[in-house]
Amino acid sequence: MDFPRILTGNWEVPDVHRIAVARTRGTYSRLPKALGMAPSEITALVKDSGLRGRGGAGFPTGVKWGFVPPAEKRGGKAVYLLCNADESEPGTFKDRYLMWCDPHLLIEGMIIASRALDCHLGYIYIRGEFRYIARRLDEALAEAYAAGLLGKNIQGSGHHFDLYVHVGAGAYICGEETALISSLEGERGQPKLKPPFPAVEGAWRSPTIVNNVETLAVVPWLIENGAAAYKAIGTEKSPGTKLFSVSGHVRRPGVYEVPLGIPMTQFIEEQCGGLLPGRTLKAVIPGGSSVPVMTPDEVAKCSMDYESISQNAGSYLGSGGFIVMDDTTDLVEALTNLLRFYAHESCGQCTPCREGCGWMYQILCRVRDGDANVQDLATLRDLADNIHSKTICFFGASAAMPVQSFLTKFRSEFLDRVQGRGAGAA
Amino acid sequence: MSHSAPNAVSRGPREWSAEQNAEIVAILARYPTKKAAIMPVLWMAQDAWEWIDLDIMRLIARTLDLPPSHVHAVASFYTMFKKAPTHRYHIQICHTLSCALVGAEKIVAHIERRLECDEHGNSKDGLFTLLRVECLASCGSAPMAQINEHFYERLTPEVVDQVIDALRAGTKLQEPRPEADQWIFPVS
Repeated sequence: MDFPRILTGNWEVPDVHRIAVARTRGTYSRLPKALGMAPSEITALVKDSGLRGRGGAGFPTGVKWGFVPPAEKRGGKAVYLLCNADESEPGTFKDRYLMWCDPHLLIEGMIIASRALDCHLGYIYIRGEFRYIARRLDEALAEAYAAGLLGKNIQGSGHHFDLYVHVGAGAYICGEETALISSLEGERGQPKLKPPFPAVEGAWRSPTIVNNVETLAVVPWLIENGAAAYKAIGTEKSPGTKLFSVSGHVRRPGVYEVPLGIPMTQFIEEQCGGLLPGRTLKAVIPGGSSVPVMTPDEVAKCSMDYESISQNAGSYLGSGGFIVMDDTTDLVEALTNLLRFYAHESCGQCTPCREGCGWMYQILCRVRDGDANVQDLATLRDLADNIHSKTICFFGASAAMPVQSFLTKFRSEFLDRVQGRGAGAA
Repeated sequence: MSHSAPNAVSRGPREWSAEQNAEIVAILARYPTKKAAIMPVLWMAQDAWEWIDLDIMRLIARTLDLPPSHVHAVASFYTMFKKAPTHRYHIQICHTLSCALVGAEKIVAHIERRLECDEHGNSKDGLFTLLRVECLASCGSAPMAQINEHFYERLTPEVVDQVIDALRAGTKLQEPRPEADQWIFPVS
């Protein structure tokens, strides 16, 4: 089946990362229209489209933009636009390809967003491991500046916007928007309490919008085609297409752009090519490592949209990091692996998370090694319950949800292990 | 978050070159505050001097009018700012779930054996430093490793051997993403 390709349409075009080629594909052709619109019209269009943040939270983008106080209430403060290109959620790799293949689409989206937000300075915060992509973005930015698409008085509109790349240096937590802001400001990348939300008081205590790469890259299409056309794709509450990063035990792992709302089993069979020969499905993590795991029964009931995954599986679409595990997978080992990640990446600011993630990891290592008892499982559950929602940022919950869901949905695998009958036992 | 203390080895005080000073001026122009320049300047210093020692932190503190303790706080928070030297080829191998599901541990074991790494991951031949890292956003083409800035994907023991042999023979690292025009990876 052919799906509209709003985000990936240029990926096969050779050298589309060069501005001359990008322009033949229509990139930057939406600017004259956008720069001729009132900022509030652009925000209203994005709101009407129903576009939801693609970084993980799924918050309506236009609504977020609407939180920026109007100029008369800002006391002369600037507005900042930050692109979250820190892509670090395990299982997620879509933004890497989007920025590598089609950097000018992202830049065009940011220019339009800057117009909507009355913003004159923006940054693309990219993770340190992507320095080679940062260089490509820098080249693309230089081309855009040379073409008069960035800087002063863009295309004679009177709008000016400067855009730079800011390179991180290896910290998962910097994908959390307030940590990203701390990091940009030259601090340790530690999250801040909300409220105030960044849209009101963010970078340098000024109104700041942080949007994911994929979210911003949709904006030019919205300008060209309108909100109604976007709403015609996907479901009523989850409109549009979404990039899914597929990894694990399927025949065709990779990045897929599909309309939200297609059945999950169809997605696994058709896009992902199905499971490897002779294997059966054991579990799916649908939205990056932080969301609750799903059972095969839940997979059969779900479609690929925010509401269905939440209602039918108590999980989240998240970033679209879709990790498939077949019957050869040791789920105790898999959860232990994930908790090592969270123990390593906790920023250390809040005690429940800093101490709890390491503690959960240690218990899981003992469960994995057949050196734990049933009481340890109860302690593990208790720890997860006492980390969730008791920290400054969502990281604590992100570490707790895999533990809670694995223990609940695949309880027998853990019980087998503590009773010494599991795969790891001698 | 890195908990490791900076290496106490001193290479002596540093000063910026004229080119570096010009680069710092250009960096500062991009931000509303001097403090925000700290990460780009740390990157610049690491590119020039391979790793960040205490003397470099003091130099950055002077340059940006920051307390040396703040530069230390920032440099120590981010794992990619090296607080100790590594060998010429820094192999960062991902061992997070998606890579683990398709055999990352086998690849780690193979590299460790092949390079005869010590407990710090340094190879016997003095060319490589191996480090296990968390997700590098290359899960569809797992298992993978990043060697310096370059991604090596869909690793097998045979591919690892070819890469190690080539690097030992002095071959230049290949382009950052070998499969640059591919984002779907059929399993054979």
